[in-house]
Amino acid sequence: MSTTDTAASGIGPVEGAGDFSAYSVDNPAPFIEAPRKRTKKTPKSTRGNFEMYGWLFMRLSGIVLVVLVLGHLLIQLVLDGGVSKIGFAFVAGRWASPWWQAWDLAMLWLAMLHGSNGLRTVINDYAERAGTRLWLKGLLYTATVFTILLGTLVIFTFDPNIR
Amino acid sequence: MPAGTLYRGREGMWSWVAHRVTGVLIFFFLFVHVLDTALVRVSPEQYDNVVATYKSPIVALLEYGLVAAILFHALNGLRVIAVDFWSKGPRYQKQMLWSVVGIWVVLMFGALYPVLGHAFREVFGS
Ligand code: HEM
Repeated sequence: MSTTDTAASGIGPVEGAGDFSAYSVDNPAPFIEAPRKRTKKTPKSTRGNFEMYGWLFMRLSGIVLVVLVLGHLLIQLVLDGGVSKIGFAFVAGRWASPWWQAWDLAMLWLAMLHGSNGLRTVINDYAERAGTRLWLKGLLYTATVFTILLGTLVIFTFDPNIR
Repeated sequence: MPAGTLYRGREGMWSWVAHRVTGVLIFFFLFVHVLDTALVRVSPEQYDNVVATYKSPIVALLEYGLVAAILFHALNGLRVIAVDFWSKGPRYQKQMLWSVVGIWVVLMFGALYPVLGHAFREVFGS
């Protein structure tokens, strides 16, 4: 496109464009700083990489949860008569083994942290007022800490001879 | 709802919506599930009482729904991970979604008898 077409395309003639330049050594073009360049005013520590680690955690915990959760569903709902077999005696039999205690403990912690971090994202997306976000996240973190502690306590202090 | 303003995304958007809805649903269930399991620390009778309600036909249907949500979230979660980490993931995201749906349908069919069989026998006689 030659410079004469510019008016036809809706863009006015560009000052200083073409053969003649308005800028010279004595009259240099204004310097435009690169966007997001670090300057003296940029804080040394920005916000850190929390969100990146959260993103990574969702994926790593997701892969482990596939095994833990789908295995859990298979044992509890499909094998040996499905849900019909479940009762105190069944729980006592399973938690007699450290293997299943560790399985359930890992599943509890990973699923709660994964789900809680997921809900944090959902709250950030939909709660537009800062106050609403604060309250919802406060409620979420309280419920998460409570559930993780309660579940952990139950797994570690389970007593098959409670009666 | 205002007419004609709903953004109609394609497979990518709707799978994201389903992933979000199922994730939130599973989280709320997990909260209740830890509470009911905690009853083993109270007494065997109380625990067995609550689990007995889980064996009723109506709750069996809810269980089937929960299995549906978890299976979709798990399979689609693996697809999201593949899109993010596999160099060809974004290009095949649509094919992977239909694979997810296909595997989900097969697994849900396989879960019919194990999850709903006892409810079926109870409602329609052995
Ligand atoms: C079974 C294996 C699971 C896999 C493979 C998995 C995978 C994932 C992945 C990769 C994400 C991130 C999606 C994104 O960043 O766009 C995610 C989000 C999420 N997950 Fe899971 N997950 C699993 C289990 C669970 C469980 C058990 C819960 C509930 C306790 C849960 C609740 C959530 C929630 C609430 C989100 C946020 C959804 C959103 O931001 O739209 N997930 N999941």
